[in-house]
Amino acid sequence: MRVGIPRTLSYFTLYPLVQPFFEGLGVDVVVSPESNKDILDEGIKETVNDACVPIKLLHGHVAALKDKVDILFMPRLVSLDGKNTLCPKFLGLPDMVRYSIKGLPEIIENRLDLKKGKLELYRFLFRIGRRFTDNKLLILRAIWRARYNFMHYRKLLLQGFTPIEAFSLLQKGHNAEVQPQKGQIKLAVLGYPYTLYDNYISVGLLEILKSYGVNVVTPEMVPKQELQRMSKKFNKNLFWYYSNCVVWACKYYLTDKSVDGIIHVTAFGCGPDSMTNKLIELETKADRKIPFLTVTIDEHTGEAGVETRVEAFVDLIKRKKGIL
Amino acid sequence: MKISFPYMGTSHIVISYLLEQLGHEVIYPPVPTKKTLSLGVQYSPEFACLPFKILMGTYLEAVEKGADTILTSGGCGPCRAGYYGELHKRILHDMGYNVDMIVLEPPLVSPLDFFRQSHKLIKKRGWINLARVFRIAWRKLQALDDLESTLHKLRPLALSKKQITQVYEDGLELIRQANSVKEVDEARDEALTNLQQVPADHSFTPLRVGLIGEIYVVLEPFANHDIEKILGDMGVYVHRSIFLMNWTKNNALTHGEEGEKDIRTAAIPYLNQLIGGHGQNSVGEVVRYAEKGFDGVIQLAPFTCIPEIVAKSIMPAVSRDKGIPVLTLFLDEQTGKAGITTRLEAFLDLMKEKRRIKQEVS
Repeated sequence: MRVGIPRTLSYFTLYPLVQPFFEGLGVDVVVSPESNKDILDEGIKETVNDACVPIKLLHGHVAALKDKVDILFMPRLVSLDGKNTLCPKFLGLPDMVRYSIKGLPEIIENRLDLKKGKLELYRFLFRIGRRFTDNKLLILRAIWRARYNFMHYRKLLLQGFTPIEAFSLLQKGHNAEVQPQKGQIKLAVLGYPYTLYDNYISVGLLEILKSYGVNVVTPEMVPKQELQRMSKKFNKNLFWYYSNCVVWACKYYLTDKSVDGIIHVTAFGCGPDSMTNKLIELETKADRKIPFLTVTIDEHTGEAGVETRVEAFVDLIKRKKGIL
Repeated sequence: MKISFPYMGTSHIVISYLLEQLGHEVIYPPVPTKKTLSLGVQYSPEFACLPFKILMGTYLEAVEKGADTILTSGGCGPCRAGYYGELHKRILHDMGYNVDMIVLEPPLVSPLDFFRQSHKLIKKRGWINLARVFRIAWRKLQALDDLESTLHKLRPLALSKKQITQVYEDGLELIRQANSVKEVDEARDEALTNLQQVPADHSFTPLRVGLIGEIYVVLEPFANHDIEKILGDMGVYVHRSIFLMNWTKNNALTHGEEGEKDIRTAAIPYLNQLIGGHGQNSVGEVVRYAEKGFDGVIQLAPFTCIPEIVAKSIMPAVSRDKGIPVLTLFLDEQTGKAGITTRLEAFLDLMKEKRRIKQEVS
């Protein structure tokens, strides 16, 4: 039995949880290849034309996986923190994909809604586990292993590793000596995990920044309690989990004053981001101290365009700090 | 308090009546035009949907005309519209307009907040006055819906489309002027009779088309280029899925999970999840229209509307299963009327041909 996991959207949030879980059940995990031009082109072909780039990319990943696996992991994510929902596209994701791509294998489309209580995550895994085996003890053991791995992963993120770095550290076994790279200036790069950490769609933005000697922090590196604290500073919060993480992280870095600049990475046609982007633009504007840049990426983004703008932004900050 | 509010279909007749009776000076924003939209586009986020931009422009024009308070509705997601009030406020404040926004959240979701906000409006003349006025306003809402649905039935048949439009507008005016429950009823009856008396051609059965999609672009003629009128003039009976009254009942008062159950049930085989806005309704309504034997469905949505995009990607499957053609129109500030008319004409030809083949077979 092979289960396929698309390497996009919730992959960067849930993979360290579901990968050990499926392996504990004795199921082979197949992850789609890293995003590339073929996957995106295939996605654009299959998807309804008004969708945003990440959704198009997902369709590409699913198309790349569909013939290689027996079952596809694409849960209906409703709430990941018990308060906020996700973007409506996540809510309707399994249906969107099912009616857009032909010849799909079976889909694991269980609903994950943490509004139902803290234990819902484990119940969710248990329900999935029952599809593969009747051995309840085996499922519980797999959940326990998954939970351990997941907590370890979250700890690594808080230490300042990006999810990609954390994935490889988890696989190799964590070595205490490895420290996140330190740079001359510190930039908060805000965006959704599936745009930030996907090197193809973000045209290697994080790598480019590192090559300029920038220490990058992202929303995933802010402790949960801090995000919760920031949520109280808004009159009315947004409704979507990932967007709120971005907005709260922005507020956190603005209050914290430890960053030299903020970059918001947004995808063309992203619905929630039209709100998110304006909101953090107004927040940084009210703060008046920290420079702010928006980078919009789409299926036609060229590396040179992004690089030029980011380089100018970094130079500006370095000059301001007297490094250049 | 000089208060203003955005346009949505004929709702302004009721809202302005309510506000005036509550003792406020109402500033009518100009009816949305190209200018309103350009103004709105300038100060809105690029990917905000069309309603956000039209509303933004409307608010700016209202503020220029001297409004110091703006009344709008809130929401609790996951559709973006629930956050519009808050973001509009922040943008207006950022531009230096010191305007107060009264955002009414659904009362059953946040009762305390609703009470606080509505108290601002009501305290001037007291709650007893509200009870009286609200009854009349509710009647007006009913009367407006009746008038509109009758117009939809009669417009395709009317010999002179110009005349029926005129009679309808006179009817709106009658309802606007009515000042008690009895007067509203009289105005309604008079307007309906007048509509019935417009000479009509009953010799043919018009094509029947369902109109579904996101509420604002479905209800506001400026946003949809008056699609109901275009279709009516082409001799098509348009059945609109959303009317002010049932929407107010189901959504403004509760969260919308209780009402509209029937339509949601119809959507479940295709989309078993509430996705905000009118996404799930759109899917369910197509199923219901197909069952009622409609000739086709037109789905309207603003560009980048998330729930409707999800609905659109499911639509081909529903359309195939139920054998009903669906035309989706995404509207944005670039959409031109000629483009819409062309596509509608093509769609009508398709439906006519389909009906002809069906008749020949039977």
